[in-house]
Amino acid sequence: MAETGETWAGETWAGGTRAGAIRAYAALVGGKWRSMLSYRASFAAELLSNVGATVLDVTTVFVLFRATATVGGFTLAEAILMTGLTAFGFVLADLTVGNIDDLKRYVRTGQLDTMLTRPLPVLPQLVFTDLPLRKLLRLVFGAAVYGVALAVNDVPWTAGRVLLAAVAPLGAGLFFGAIFVLTASFAFWWVESGEIGNGFTYGGRDFTSYPITVYAHWFRDLFAYALGFGFVSYQPALALLGRADPLGLPAWAGFVAPLVALPAVAVATLAWRTGIRHYRSTGS
Amino acid sequence: MIRMRDLRKDFSVRVPAGRLRREKRLVSAVDGVSLTIEPGEMVGYIGPNGAGKSTTLKMLTGVLSPTSGEVSVFGLTPVPQRTRLALRIGVVFGQRSQLWWDLPLRESFRLLRHVYQVPPAEHEQRLRRCREMLDLDAFLDTPVRQLSLGQRMRGEITAALLHGPKVLFLDEPTIGLDVVSKQAVRSFLAELGATGAVTVVLTTHDLADIERLCDRLVVIDHGRVVHDGTIEALHARYGSRRSLVVDLDSPLPAGFVLPGTSVAGVEADGHRVTFALDETSAAAAVAGLVAVASVRDLSVVEPDIEDVVARLYRAG
Repeated sequence: MAETGETWAGETWAGGTRAGAIRAYAALVGGKWRSMLSYRASFAAELLSNVGATVLDVTTVFVLFRATATVGGFTLAEAILMTGLTAFGFVLADLTVGNIDDLKRYVRTGQLDTMLTRPLPVLPQLVFTDLPLRKLLRLVFGAAVYGVALAVNDVPWTAGRVLLAAVAPLGAGLFFGAIFVLTASFAFWWVESGEIGNGFTYGGRDFTSYPITVYAHWFRDLFAYALGFGFVSYQPALALLGRADPLGLPAWAGFVAPLVALPAVAVATLAWRTGIRHYRSTGS
Repeated sequence: MIRMRDLRKDFSVRVPAGRLRREKRLVSAVDGVSLTIEPGEMVGYIGPNGAGKSTTLKMLTGVLSPTSGEVSVFGLTPVPQRTRLALRIGVVFGQRSQLWWDLPLRESFRLLRHVYQVPPAEHEQRLRRCREMLDLDAFLDTPVRQLSLGQRMRGEITAALLHGPKVLFLDEPTIGLDVVSKQAVRSFLAELGATGAVTVVLTTHDLADIERLCDRLVVIDHGRVVHDGTIEALHARYGSRRSLVVDLDSPLPAGFVLPGTSVAGVEADGHRVTFALDETSAAAAVAGLVAVASVRDLSVVEPDIEDVVARLYRAG
């Protein structure tokens, strides 16, 4: 028995290292990848149908411009820059935290318990355990639309604009990611939160796919300024194009617009942390 | 090592009041529990459904934060120090798997090694022990979704031990298992507990688990501890006694008294009598009986812990 006793009584290390944590997350992603490969055919089908969805979103914009040469004072090429920025940013968020929506299921079934008893923070565990790899091809498409949009527009390139072009999709990704996490957090209070969250995430994405000049007053004020969606693609696109804002914001606003992601991330983090404390598990 | 002082957990539940209105009502799942568990103990938690067993376990493992009271495990406060605590404890929630559903069992163990950052040699050593003791080799390469419940539970227990926890919490580890798997799980836990290296705290509905495994029994009902001690202490406290069942050729004469016993039941028109052995030994009672009656058969029945516990629940 003495031998057995030594087997069990392990070292209790003070805690994991950062490199160890990264390896742990990598292992979780690897686990997800191999799980998917056990259903090869359906994985391939999902991969393709997911691209289809993004292609449709962008096609809508083309359809709109077949009816009219300019929308809200912007040409097709200019609008596509906003659409592309939105598509790229959204896909970045969707590919990482998109499945956070599944939190509802984890909360309802109490499966979240098992994540809470592991030595890693819950949010990255959820994200990496369930990384929606089937959305991988969407990323390629989103990046392509953005790249093409930058090429077809006559962007007056400066160092500042190069930096903005690189940062804007990340800002958009962070912003949408924050919306995903924020709306998913509702599930901690309200398990049947259903599609309410999607109203904000997908509604927000559709809103930012067009120049905000097309929207009516109070609706535009609410979404663009109060909720911050106007700074996700519209403002950065104006700054990239070197166009003045018809709605009157100064030119520098577009260059700092990606910073809107910071308060969004702060609010989402707060909601998540409060939510976790509010988690009540399920019976048994 | 594990300390709970006046631990409480209230849930607010909404109950229908009228047609559309729903009223908030506060329910105490755990209502002032104070317990101390020392290293190396094996403690069994029993109680009816909804008594607060699982809720207590969840507060000990950092899943739920208490409404009030104190709880500490290894001097850590479970919820705020959740990730540090997680390295020191192993948890098996019978109803929720921590294995990867679509991957071979072996893969789950490999992934957990990374999650807990266990050095490979240590991991290997513990896995080898588990494979021997729990007979895992036959299904190590089977995807978890294809395992039987008994096989999966053996996998879950292994998964909870690979990082070398000092305390193992098990919530209903034998629920739904067939007899053979139950035996396998019980003898493994008994052996694990006997090493003294791992403290074991389990909840169960199956009193056989407790009788086989736990020196200490905690009965919880309506969120309160109604008994804390050995099984023997429980019998002594609730006056459960052994009894003597005799089959007779003819009924006993009216007014017959067997010293030190009381009649607990008469069946078959007086041909079968059950005596409770209040203040005498079985031998003395049998001797007293054969002197006056013709005994065809007899048996001595040990007190039934299920009865005791059932009485305990009713009292609560």
